Amino acid sequence: MEIGTYLEFGAWSLEFLKLTEVLMKLIIAIIQPYKLEEVKEELYKQEINLMTVSEVLGHGRQKGVAEVYRGSKETGNLLRKIRLEIAVNDDFVEPTIKAIEKGAKTGETGDGKIFVLDLRECVRIRTKERGSAAIG
Amino acid sequence: MNGFKVFLVMAFVIFGVFAGPCAFGQETALKIDTGDTAWVLICSALVMLMTPGLAFFYGGMVRKKNILSILMQCFIILCVISIQWVLFGYSLSFAPLKGFWGGFSWFGLNGVGLAPYADYSSTIPHQVFMIFQGMFAIITPALIIGAFAERMKFSAFLLFTVLWATFVYDPLCHWVWAMGGWLRNMGALDFAGGTVVHVNAGIAAIVTALLIGRRKNLDSNVPAPHNLPFVVLGTALLWFGWFGFNAGSSLGANGIAANAFVVTHTAAAAAGLSWALLEWLRNGKPTMFGVASGAVAGLVAITPAAGFVSVIPAIVIGLLVSVFCFTAVSVLKPKLGYDDSLDAFGVHCVGGIWGAIATGLFASKAVNPLGADGLFFGNPKQLLIQLIAVVVTILFSAVGTLVIYKVVDILLGMRVNEKEELIGLDLTQHRERAYTVLE
Repeated sequence: MEIGTYLEFGAWSLEFLKLTEVLMKLIIAIIQPYKLEEVKEELYKQEINLMTVSEVLGHGRQKGVAEVYRGSKETGNLLRKIRLEIAVNDDFVEPTIKAIEKGAKTGETGDGKIFVLDLRECVRIRTKERGSAAIG
Repeated sequence: MNGFKVFLVMAFVIFGVFAGPCAFGQETALKIDTGDTAWVLICSALVMLMTPGLAFFYGGMVRKKNILSILMQCFIILCVISIQWVLFGYSLSFAPLKGFWGGFSWFGLNGVGLAPYADYSSTIPHQVFMIFQGMFAIITPALIIGAFAERMKFSAFLLFTVLWATFVYDPLCHWVWAMGGWLRNMGALDFAGGTVVHVNAGIAAIVTALLIGRRKNLDSNVPAPHNLPFVVLGTALLWFGWFGFNAGSSLGANGIAANAFVVTHTAAAAAGLSWALLEWLRNGKPTMFGVASGAVAGLVAITPAAGFVSVIPAIVIGLLVSVFCFTAVSVLKPKLGYDDSLDAFGVHCVGGIWGAIATGLFASKAVNPLGADGLFFGNPKQLLIQLIAVVVTILFSAVGTLVIYKVVDILLGMRVNEKEELIGLDLTQHRERAYTVLE
């Protein structure tokens, strides 16, 4: 085969890969409960309005140390946290992370974590739309 | 910690100042009526129950991170004002000295004995009258809590409460209810505390709400009541206790008590119904919260009138109070933007003013010969007297509250810091939480 055919095939494969590439992410953030309002405000500023919020228990490095100030004498206890789940298209990932950081950071242990996961599919039940179109 | 020390010092100063000379009051040998005594003792217990009732009424309305702070504030008032009352509060309110307050002659209940005291109640022991009045002195500052809920520092709250009870409640109580009190001499009718308790606390509420400012994030996240069943439980306890509040104010097991009992119940029922109907018309659905608010508003409004009006006026008073309070709470408050968080002003001040005016309209000597006729019974002067009593209460309470607030704010700082407010008062003021997530 000629070199031109190889190049053509290569370009076509790239196109195909792009099409099948995951273009959405699920961002999960664990934050301090009292920071929820600030995080929401920062997210709204970036026009990120869709999220799921739940109250959860957990601990990382903090192991209840900061909690002494907040009430519980026992260390090692599970602490109250807020878990945010936000599904976004790729171009919104950085703004979302920045907004959560800005809203949730105090500099003390216990500020929380942000996890970013590939999101393979998204379906809007009402319209049966799929993928990027369904996410926002 | 520092706040606590300042509070202690202030407490000693107050107690020290008041530990003045004590004198014995004169008591003549009047005969105790067992029925009257039993009734007023029971009523004192009923009124006591209103403060925990109020705690649940308010506690259900706040966010779950703040419910213990409300319960705590109500219960600590129960503790601290009870002590204040027997030490010097009762003396300041009811002792025979004429003028700003009653003086210190009954300090530590000196001279307040087990025989009747003719000036106030000739058929029950003086101490029964004292403890019955004490329950009123307790619930009045507790009513104000609704205005500054979810953002006041506990130490500051405690000092504010003691100062307010001493320098606002006790003098006003003296003017309206004590023998020789100038509003009483003028002929103002306040059967069970419409002005002394409700207008007084309601004005203190709006003043503190304005001074302390709005809660954080109020616009982005309108706080919903975290436990409406608590609000309803509190309403039920208040309604029940209010029979003691109003029917007990006759100070005897007699016809006036029966009248007060019946009109109190009727007005509460009418107001609860009317609030629900208003919501139905305006918002499309009647709510449980609305019925509860209405019932309390009705109880507030009938309070000054309970011993002077008959049952049809009671229905009118109840039906209309919800119109006024509903307007204050859901039209006036959002428009003016003050954060009277749990509507202490909107219900108690507005309802109390309406009650005082309604007393001037509907009072009848046919119901109570010791009372007076109101406007609708041919005595327009009574309405004027009622208005004067309301205006005096408003002015005195507003100025007194303002001064006390400023003093405490300088000494301790009234408001918690932003982080504490966001975390919640339960954890930051009391290191406790009301609810767990997992067991």
